[in-house]
Amino acid sequence: MSFETIPGSWYLILSAALFCLGVVGFLIKRTLITVFMSIELMLNAVNLSFVTFAHEWHAVKGQIFVFFVMVVAAAEAAVGLAIIIAVYRSRSTLNVDQIDLMKL
Amino acid sequence: METMNAYHLYLWLIPALPFAGFVINGFLGRKLPKLIVSSVALGAPLASFAVVVRAALMVWPGSGSVALPYVENFAGTWMLAGLLHVDFTFALDQLTLIMLLVITGVGFLIHIYSVGYMTHEDGYWRYFSYLNLFLFFMTVLVLAENYLLMFVGWEGVGLASYLLIGFYFDKTSAANAGRKAFVVNRIGDFGFLLGMFLILAQFGSLSFSQMGSSLANVPGMHGGILTAICICLVLGATGKSAQIPLYIWLPDAMEGPTPVSALIHAATMVTAGVYLIARTHFLFDRSPMALAIVAIIGAATAFFAATVALVQTDIKRVLAYSTISQLGYMFLGCGVAAYSAAIFHLMTHAFFKALLFLAAGSVIHGLSGQQDMRKMGGLRKKLPVTFWTMTAGVIAIAGIFPFAGFFSKDAILYEAFQHGTPGKVLWFVGLVTALLTSFYMFRLWYMTFFGESRADTHPDTHLAEPGLNAKHAHGVHESSWVMLAPLAILAVLSLLGGWVGMDRFGGFLAPVLGPVTVPAHEPGGNTLDLGLSVVAVATAALGWFLADLFYRRKPDRPMAIQASMPGVYTLLENKYAVDEIYGMTIVQPLILFSRYVLGGFGEVGIIRGATWVLGGATTLSGEFVRRWQSGNLRSYAGWLAAGAAVLLIFAASYALGVSGTMIHLNWGGH
Amino acid sequence: MHLILFIIFAGFCLAGAINLLLQTHPINSALSLIVVMSSLAVLYLLLGAEFLAAAQIIVYAGAIMVLFTFVVMLLNVGTEEKTHGSRVAKIIGFPAVVVILGVISTFVLESQQRLSSPSSGISLSEKVTTTQDLSRVLFHELLLPFELTSVLILIAILGAVALAQKEGA
Repeated sequence: MSFETIPGSWYLILSAALFCLGVVGFLIKRTLITVFMSIELMLNAVNLSFVTFAHEWHAVKGQIFVFFVMVVAAAEAAVGLAIIIAVYRSRSTLNVDQIDLMKL
Repeated sequence: METMNAYHLYLWLIPALPFAGFVINGFLGRKLPKLIVSSVALGAPLASFAVVVRAALMVWPGSGSVALPYVENFAGTWMLAGLLHVDFTFALDQLTLIMLLVITGVGFLIHIYSVGYMTHEDGYWRYFSYLNLFLFFMTVLVLAENYLLMFVGWEGVGLASYLLIGFYFDKTSAANAGRKAFVVNRIGDFGFLLGMFLILAQFGSLSFSQMGSSLANVPGMHGGILTAICICLVLGATGKSAQIPLYIWLPDAMEGPTPVSALIHAATMVTAGVYLIARTHFLFDRSPMALAIVAIIGAATAFFAATVALVQTDIKRVLAYSTISQLGYMFLGCGVAAYSAAIFHLMTHAFFKALLFLAAGSVIHGLSGQQDMRKMGGLRKKLPVTFWTMTAGVIAIAGIFPFAGFFSKDAILYEAFQHGTPGKVLWFVGLVTALLTSFYMFRLWYMTFFGESRADTHPDTHLAEPGLNAKHAHGVHESSWVMLAPLAILAVLSLLGGWVGMDRFGGFLAPVLGPVTVPAHEPGGNTLDLGLSVVAVATAALGWFLADLFYRRKPDRPMAIQASMPGVYTLLENKYAVDEIYGMTIVQPLILFSRYVLGGFGEVGIIRGATWVLGGATTLSGEFVRRWQSGNLRSYAGWLAAGAAVLLIFAASYALGVSGTMIHLNWGGH
Repeated sequence: MHLILFIIFAGFCLAGAINLLLQTHPINSALSLIVVMSSLAVLYLLLGAEFLAAAQIIVYAGAIMVLFTFVVMLLNVGTEEKTHGSRVAKIIGFPAVVVILGVISTFVLESQQRLSSPSSGISLSEKVTTTQDLSRVLFHELLLPFELTSVLILIAILGAVALAQKEGA
């Protein structure tokens, strides 16, 4: 292992670590918005692994997939935040533990 | 075996017409005027009888144009399942012809009588629809060409009997009697069913003709399974024909209207058992043990019933036990392989027993419902026609020459005597029974018609047949001609019916029942026969003499005898407490078993327990699973993560474990 | 060179992610997430995806995270309260996470070992994927998905507007 070349597995392990941190965030965070941020973290971790594989196998489609993931994540973020706003309006709280009923 | 004839006998009409009568009266009778109901009810058996007569004329040996046996498949195949092949087939042979003539002929006469007897009853239409239903089933029974179709008729007449015994259904004793009859019959039917199963296993078919031919192929086969079949069938026959041990329903069956007793419990239904044995004679001939059992049952029942009849005070009870006793004679005849003699006695018995019952009904009707003989007497002048017809019947049953009963009873006793030493014992029992029969019948005759009238001035409120007293409360009167005409006809038949003669009768039935085992004899020709006949007549005369002594000339003698032998008297009067014994040994344990074991353990424990367990399990698991759907986002996330972890483990282990190398992942370019 | 850059920016990623978990105020978490995303953009550059690096900065760090911050400020979300939470999440979730991490790592390392050749690895002088390469594939083979994603965005816009508007406005 030289200074110039590092194994692709390191990127993948980094990606896995970020993903697991995202899951942990999902599990321990109590505000709805923060939970949402953890989801974004997970998405980004996956993006990293896609790009890594695209680079290893010289496949452009990997990067295109990342492109699409970004698009979808953007759309999802927009709609999700709108939902969060609506939830806040009706329940006046964003605490995840207190939002457990479909109907008030 | 099938005989294709150019002439069609229309056998299917014989049951179909009474069935039509049942349907019309059953569904519409409530709304129809009584005249229509009566016409339908009378028209059906009359038409049926006409078809029978036409068939008889067409098949009569010598002059007829159709050969017997005549088989008619009227509706194709009934069941076809592996070994079992049963068709809807009617067959007419000599035996069936005799039975049909008796059933439809006597049945028609009783229908006419019923029009008069049941005039004032509610449920008039119901009565006649049931009566037609009975005729339907009975004709199916005797016409059937296989056991299964016969069983349909067998069960059906049991049903009709239940309906008719319990005709006065709001009377508890009548309802109980109907139920008792049905249940006891059912026990016999169980035997019939077992017999059918064994027959099917042994012969592969339930059809008489096929059984006969397959049995003819093994001439050496005796005993063994054939005995088993015969004993099972005998069990069925004892149920239907009221022999020991299943006779207990017949005395109780007197709760039904008197014409019902005449038709069903004297002339036709109870003879079904005898018919069954005669029909199956080719099996019984191969099984001496079964025949012995039949003979012993017959003789024992005949004697036993006659002793009970000696002390009964209800006129219908006497006749009921008399019927049981005479059926015992028929069984005895079958038991000594004298099937023709048994059928001969069946025919004559139908005539005089129906006559006796109808005449008794006339007496009861005349007295507005009184059935206790101790309250009768001196009716000779007041009910003349009834008196003379009943006299004919009494003399016939006593077996006095030249009336019908003599010929048939004599034939049976003669055949029994010929049957070796056990046969002589049976003959003696039969002879003693004849003495008792004569005695109690003449006792009945004297108590009812002679002496001073012992009738109460106030009518008895607790009477057997409710309809009579309420609407008929005027003095003793003779019945209408509607009721008397059948009596007269039956009286003539009782007088002359025996003159057919055993040899002609036996010869007629020989193609079906086999040749008469003892060579044909003429009355008075053979010395032994003459001697036995004289002994029989003398015994009957002795019985008459004794009855005359006790009940006409010295009416206080019976009381003295009763006082001197109170134990015996009570035993007889209570019919040897057989009902009570059955109740204690069979019925009570069954009730206790049902209540505590089946009801307590089975019902509550097992069935309710199982449902409780199932329900509880579902509820508990529901409680458990309910907690999963908490709505809490974090717990959902936790479970998601766990699921993902499991899947990953599987995927990774699969990928890593496949023959040591990885799945080729397009390594090195796409 | 590659190694040093990798270590620095991977460290930033992990630090940012861990900070996101540890902070109590959502705005701090959002800012940490911006750090993570920027570091990821650099990592993309190290992997030769220049367009994606730019897109990551522009779209993710520049638009999505701004949106998050905007909503946080709009709703005036305060510090997190400590609430009861769910025991399941802790008892089952954490081990699951550990398992996930372990399995993936094992898998990656194992497969690396089995198929490794001395010359495999990633180096800086590797080919860079240009925008031209990307768009060539995007507009020739994957034109339909591309158009569909534009429809998707339109729907997302409509949905967001419909959901977020005030009642009776």
